[in-house]
Amino acid sequence: MKHLLSVDDLSRSDVDDILDLAASFLAVTKRDIPKVPALRGKTIVSLFFEDSTRTRLSFETAAKRMSADVMTFSVATSSVKKGEGLRDTVGTISAMGIDALVVRHSSAGAPLRITEWIDASIINAGDGRHEHPTQALLDAFTITQHRGRDLSGLKVGIIGDVRNSRVARSDAKLLTALGAEVTLIAPPTLLPESIEGWGCSTSLDLDSLLPELDVVMTLRVQHERDAASRFPSLREFTKRYGLTLERATRMRPDALVMHPGPMNRGVEIAGAVADGPASVIDEQVTNGVAVRMAVLWKILGSGGEVV
Amino acid sequence: MSEFVIRGGQILDIRGLRPADVLVRDGVIAEIGDGLTASRVLDADGAVVTPGFVDLHVHLREPGDEDAETIETGARAAALGGYTAVIAMPNTRPPLDDPIMVRAVQAIGADAMCEVISSGCITLGRDGVALAPMGEMYALGVRIFTDDGSCVMSAGLMRRALEYSLGLPGSVIAQHAEDDSMCSGGSMHEGEWSSRLGIPGRPGEAEAIIVARDIRLAKLTGARIHFLHLSTQAAVDLVRAAKLEGVRVTCEVAPHHFTLTDEACADFDPAFKVHPPLRSASDVAAVRAGLADSTIDAIATDHAPHTPESKERPFEEAPPGMLGLETAAALAITELVDQGVISLAKAFSLLSSNPASIAGISDRHGAPLAVGRVANICVFDPSEKWLVDPNQLASKARNTPYAGRTLTGRVRHTILRGEAVVVDSAATR
Repeated sequence: MKHLLSVDDLSRSDVDDILDLAASFLAVTKRDIPKVPALRGKTIVSLFFEDSTRTRLSFETAAKRMSADVMTFSVATSSVKKGEGLRDTVGTISAMGIDALVVRHSSAGAPLRITEWIDASIINAGDGRHEHPTQALLDAFTITQHRGRDLSGLKVGIIGDVRNSRVARSDAKLLTALGAEVTLIAPPTLLPESIEGWGCSTSLDLDSLLPELDVVMTLRVQHERDAASRFPSLREFTKRYGLTLERATRMRPDALVMHPGPMNRGVEIAGAVADGPASVIDEQVTNGVAVRMAVLWKILGSGGEVV
Repeated sequence: MSEFVIRGGQILDIRGLRPADVLVRDGVIAEIGDGLTASRVLDADGAVVTPGFVDLHVHLREPGDEDAETIETGARAAALGGYTAVIAMPNTRPPLDDPIMVRAVQAIGADAMCEVISSGCITLGRDGVALAPMGEMYALGVRIFTDDGSCVMSAGLMRRALEYSLGLPGSVIAQHAEDDSMCSGGSMHEGEWSSRLGIPGRPGEAEAIIVARDIRLAKLTGARIHFLHLSTQAAVDLVRAAKLEGVRVTCEVAPHHFTLTDEACADFDPAFKVHPPLRSASDVAAVRAGLADSTIDAIATDHAPHTPESKERPFEEAPPGMLGLETAAALAITELVDQGVISLAKAFSLLSSNPASIAGISDRHGAPLAVGRVANICVFDPSEKWLVDPNQLASKARNTPYAGRTLTGRVRHTILRGEAVVVDSAATR
């Protein structure tokens, strides 16, 4: 595997490999010295054109635990601020001799464009509203940790600002491929215009579906895109689509509550639900490091013993 | 005195197809007949000899963006595409909203390789707020008024522009029909592909809404309206119905809207980003049907050069637009004539006589070839195949969506006012 740009790039056996590897790496991360020499001598650059806390740190932690050299490119202190174009920026980084570039960009398809310009492996850490494949992998990993690898018949609800969400696009594809029945639940104005080819369904009615869901995944309302103009008020959004404490009482007792973060507590999810017994939100973050170690190994590793 | 004969071809114009040689002397057609001779011969064997093409819609980027195109380079690209006249859109920097700007474009274009005709803005600065000095620009010869690149969003102002144009005989208001409020932030056609790719869309209804509105305004005022680059089934249907009603409406389509669909954006290549966007397959079929039944009056390129740097960006950040002048006629042959959608004669009327009539330049472009007329001629080989190589284009820019495609139909010679500006598919200056 040279790049990871989209869930579409992953065959079923790639997914199985990554989930298996992630389980091994998760064990590594729990050792006293949570580090393996698997990627010693490899250079990985994280290039984030959009703000991020968890994804950037997660990738950098994953790379360091694999003993790779990690450079962080921060747009705020870079030549991008002097007007340098994307092609020149990545060309400059590439010329320093790197093995992989982890890219987040506000425009869909930016990582794919970069693959046409430089030789390094490109890992998509979120491109606009398009995809966030490692988030989908870590979500799948988290669910499979609880429910096993075969997700047949598992009912997953992805709730809220679906339209603006790269997580929803990647998760819907991957979880569907693993057998889950995914429903995108949102007001009409926050659903995509079409879900042709997504393999999932949509619903406008959270309350009628909620009691059936095995996985309740809430999404952040993305003010920085155009979410706020798509419904009357946050209060109304929360009343109709928020995972409030009251709603949470109507979930299946074994339901998992997930959120890709960052959360708007009190908007799409009540703080008490995010911190409650059904929540696996912290696990998602922990698993994210292991899954990204697996992805880095899959892309940059030599193929030998890893752990 | 310059003199040459175009020998061995078949004349094809609105009078039909007939084998004949054409003798050009001192800028005009001196003789039409068999076995004509002159000291210089342009071979037309296997080719058709037809009135030079007229492009109602080109962006020449001068003034303001001369690194993407200039009037000189754009006119050379036009000549190579068989065009003897192009209408320069006014969304330059500064825009062509003033007689001084129009004079400047006319002066720079005076010795270009095709006739460069300035359009003029409808509103000052293309801001959609106040009327530009249409009458003063009209006095300099401007006949097409448009804010192209922007839609005139105010129905009230659009009504005034249409009314005002009634006092400028032969003028026409040309609308870029896309409702801004439905397209803001949009980079491609809204639908299955935009949803899948996560790219905000520009819905087809944004076009249809303005077309429907402006047809009503044309009815109300009795003025002429021309719709630029229509792209949707709904818009074509509205124009068809309006024509049946007798509304004074004309419209054009761009080659990319009868050859490409939104699926072309799947690889996020900004070469395929254009406004209005590449539409669905059913829209493309409707555009083709509209060409076949004469709902659509003209093929216009919307030639929109951009520097490689500006297109080397992520899709959503790249500017919209694609080159068109050097590929339009070949696309009409390859995708329409050879596929049985329209006849060759119809293709040439869509490229020449019809747009000439909309632009009010039929006195010198698009009219049947006849002795005494200004020699604005294209000699076109409808069966020659050629490969589109962006690096071989005469345009300064390289942003063609047809790179690597083999097309059928090639311009062999172009004659502008009796000067052979393109000979054997190469520019002579």
